[in-house]
Amino acid sequence: MVQEEACSLPLPPGPLMTKSESVLSPVRLSVRSPADEEGVHDSFQQLIAEHRDNGAASSALELQQLQSDLDEENRDNMPLSGPEHEHRRRQGASDLECDGGEREMDPIQGEGWSSDTLKILSSMPSRTIGRNRGAIISQYCNKTLKLRRRRQTRPSIRDFSPSSRPSIRSYGMEGDTTDAEVSKRERLVNNLQNLPVSDRVRMLRGMPLSVAEKKEIRNLVMQKEKRILSNKKLSCCSQLKYYIIIAARKSWYSWLSFLHSLQPWQTLLKRVSGRFGTGVLSYFLFLKTLVFFNVFLFLVTGAFLVLPQAVHPPYRDTTSFSGLELLTGAGSFSHTVMYYGYYANYTLPRRSRDEGGGQNASTLTSDSQQFSYNMPLAYFFTIGMAFFITCIILVYSMSKTFGRSFRINKSNSILTMKTFSCWDFKVIKKKSVQIMSENIGTQLKELLAELTQKHTKSTFCKRFCRLMVHGVAWTICIASTTGCMAGVYYFSEFIHKDLQQNHRNLDVNPLMKEAKLLSLPTVVSVINLLLPALFNLVGWMETYESPSVFAYVAIGRNLMLKMSMLGVLCFHWLGRVAPEYKSIGLTCWEDFVGQELYRFLLMDFIFTLLDTLFGELLWRLFSEKVLKRKRKPVFDIARNVLDLIYGQTLAWLGVLFSPVLPVVQILKLFLVFYIKMSSVMLNCQAPRKPYRASQMTTIFITLLCIPSLLGASVCVTYTMWSITPSTSCGPFRTLDTMFKAGKHWMEILEKDNPSLSVLSKAHTYFVENPFFLFVGAGIFLIVIYFHSQVVDGQRKIISLLQDQIQNEGEDKKFLINRLQSVHKQKQDAGKRLKSQDSTC
Amino acid sequence: FCGLLLTTAKYNLKLKTSTWELRRVNFRKSRSQNISAHKRFTELLEKHEKEQIDARVPIGRIITLPELKSNPFKERICQVFSTSEQKDGSLTFEDFLDLLSAFSDSATLEIKSHYAFRIFDFDDDGTLDCADLEKLVNCLTGETNDAKLSSTEMKQLISNILEESDIDKDGTVNLSEFQHVISRSPDFVSSFKIVL
Repeated sequence: MVQEEACSLPLPPGPLMTKSESVLSPVRLSVRSPADEEGVHDSFQQLIAEHRDNGAASSALELQQLQSDLDEENRDNMPLSGPEHEHRRRQGASDLECDGGEREMDPIQGEGWSSDTLKILSSMPSRTIGRNRGAIISQYCNKTLKLRRRRQTRPSIRDFSPSSRPSIRSYGMEGDTTDAEVSKRERLVNNLQNLPVSDRVRMLRGMPLSVAEKKEIRNLVMQKEKRILSNKKLSCCSQLKYYIIIAARKSWYSWLSFLHSLQPWQTLLKRVSGRFGTGVLSYFLFLKTLVFFNVFLFLVTGAFLVLPQAVHPPYRDTTSFSGLELLTGAGSFSHTVMYYGYYANYTLPRRSRDEGGGQNASTLTSDSQQFSYNMPLAYFFTIGMAFFITCIILVYSMSKTFGRSFRINKSNSILTMKTFSCWDFKVIKKKSVQIMSENIGTQLKELLAELTQKHTKSTFCKRFCRLMVHGVAWTICIASTTGCMAGVYYFSEFIHKDLQQNHRNLDVNPLMKEAKLLSLPTVVSVINLLLPALFNLVGWMETYESPSVFAYVAIGRNLMLKMSMLGVLCFHWLGRVAPEYKSIGLTCWEDFVGQELYRFLLMDFIFTLLDTLFGELLWRLFSEKVLKRKRKPVFDIARNVLDLIYGQTLAWLGVLFSPVLPVVQILKLFLVFYIKMSSVMLNCQAPRKPYRASQMTTIFITLLCIPSLLGASVCVTYTMWSITPSTSCGPFRTLDTMFKAGKHWMEILEKDNPSLSVLSKAHTYFVENPFFLFVGAGIFLIVIYFHSQVVDGQRKIISLLQDQIQNEGEDKKFLINRLQSVHKQKQDAGKRLKSQDSTC
Repeated sequence: FCGLLLTTAKYNLKLKTSTWELRRVNFRKSRSQNISAHKRFTELLEKHEKEQIDARVPIGRIITLPELKSNPFKERICQVFSTSEQKDGSLTFEDFLDLLSAFSDSATLEIKSHYAFRIFDFDDDGTLDCADLEKLVNCLTGETNDAKLSSTEMKQLISNILEESDIDKDGTVNLSEFQHVISRSPDFVSSFKIVL
């Protein structure tokens, strides 16, 4: 009977099957290797006895108690044991194991295990760790030991000695007994004591124990320490030191709580996450990050450019404020600190103020012995450093999120991950919870259907049709994007020509002229609003295997559009306006470009408002009132995030031409936050599609870094390196290119101070020579290559370790089967003995 | 009246010291958060219990908190964090703080995954076996008919889960296997969170 059951288990095929079969039949086994069997018998006898004692002593767990009760009962009734008793016992045991579940899928928890086997199974360390305090303590004991070793000695080969992992030798202590737990606790306390305080606190925090237990352990540690401390008398000085430390810590805590209360939008974010989950929340968090970047940018430009210049105004402007400036950015705004043209090209005299403290390179000038502020250099270095630091922060956060969201994994266990981690505990609204559970149900069903469908190959015709649809969709998208690009190109050319003509006849109303400037931003914003809708329409036509591919395709198309728009505009500004600025009557083309960017930012904001109003509010009202549908529109996270990225690119492009542009961007982001928040709350419903928030966040940050920041910095660098600045305004008015400012300064420095000629030579060799740029890039690539190789190696090791774990699991199974057979044999022998006795 | 005043004063004093210690031992929560947690907790207590220091709030009243009310795992959460001897899922203030700290921002992935495992381990036997997985999936999909999985789907799902995550092939998912899976799903940390 046992043999039959064993066969019905869906064990992995191969040698194990035959092994378990042979193990389970004692007769065959004894025929095969009697000597071996004796040895096994003896060793397990001990083990069973040990565990029996342990079990009787401890068993804090109901399960174990029940089992040991059962065991006792069995032992008492052993002489009477007949078939029905056997049946009853088995039933009891299996009820405990798995109430009504599919037991036949379970290779180890088969029916017919004796209670001893079950007990050993349930007290295996891998299982106790999930429920038992003692096991947790022992695990952390090992961890602290490892940490201690790492702290005390340099990492040596000793750290990898087998004793640091639970081995067979220490199994005697790994049991569930209270004795063992007490000794473990003692050891843990000892280990903790030898750790430095910060590590100890971190370790205690990291333990999944309740507060009371943590407090107890901590008190034990403290007590021992006090005993040690009390031997030495505390001197007055050290007492004072402790008081100071305690006071500092208290003030630090109050400072922390103050900081926490400062965190903006906390409650709003909680409300959004309670209703829409992590996906929509990630949009708002992204917005918050952008606000942070802009605040940083503004702090830098404000401290080093705007403030020094504002303190020393070069001249008063006379244009009066008319109101249209807010829209166009021109007019009375054009001769203020807002734009490049206002900044001086000379060294500012230094008074008592000390604004440029951080910029050592620019504060040292040769013109005068006293400290002064060289505006061109400050301008150059501030913009350069701001871009550089932003780039470093972005790359750092990108690599961090990459590490978190794309762990090295061989198999993609989507189903498991979905089951274990899809529940969003933050969602608290009842309706949203309902929607979420429905979504999870349908997603699981779809995934399962996909799994079964994967094996059936789709026909050639179907695949061809799908490819055709994809081809048509991509053609439409690319054609429309190219069309828009060409449209913007010709329109901007037209505007340019118009400006040239208007420049000649002077009788045009200046207000009209300024209003005309708004046409290009409006056209671009309309395209940015309408084309994504077209892409969405095209997207409905297609069918994709997975929603994530669909999302990536949508993002790719939108990105293509936005980047091509920005490319055309950059060409328009840098290739058309900059070289022939005099023909359209400009004295300062940088000011003009800055104003254009201001207008673009503003138009982008206005169209976001319109989109929110029409796309979300009116559409909701329309579908509710006219179409009588209950569903509300879904918040399109990807498109909205791409809009944000587009706006941020504009802001980064404009920093060079208008150092105050980050302020405009900050204001815009604040308004967008509140508008989108209320719109989402009012108009939208929880998304139906699954959304992998953290991977999407990674992608968005990558997009923010690679096309957006990189593109902006390429444009800015190009402007600095090879475009001649205006000759009558701005900090670089006498120079051929902005980059020459550094060289110019070097020359002056060398003339004044011949001993510094090394510096100037270094500047010529290192900064102006492209060779070092290539070397730097080469080193960077090599580092990346090494890292990818390391990852490859780790992947191999992971697969090896996985094989090993599988082998050990099979060993475990083998041992358990053996144990069971031995137990069975013993019982049979006892029964036979009993029957012999009774016949006698 | 005097006696009442005295007891409340004593309670407050003890509470203050205990919260102070708790924060230092357990988590980097700021005081304001602790106080708000205490406020929410005392709202759950009945009038005569407010004077007791280690008053227990029964599970029935805990799960009326709006943060837990519609959560399908609310009973399991209470049971996992309860230190009561009767295993009735009632919480003291300390247990409540435990709960919040495990679900807070500052808890590490290890702590979060440990408690998630215990929450999902419905029969408290230390491993997720097929019965646990079935219950878990049923909790996730809810009780409505169109979302619930049929028995064949359930069987297939469970066998797939075991195939994907059960590394040592013993038929159950133990804690380390669970943590292995969780460590590869980056959304877990941000979604295993309850904000008061």
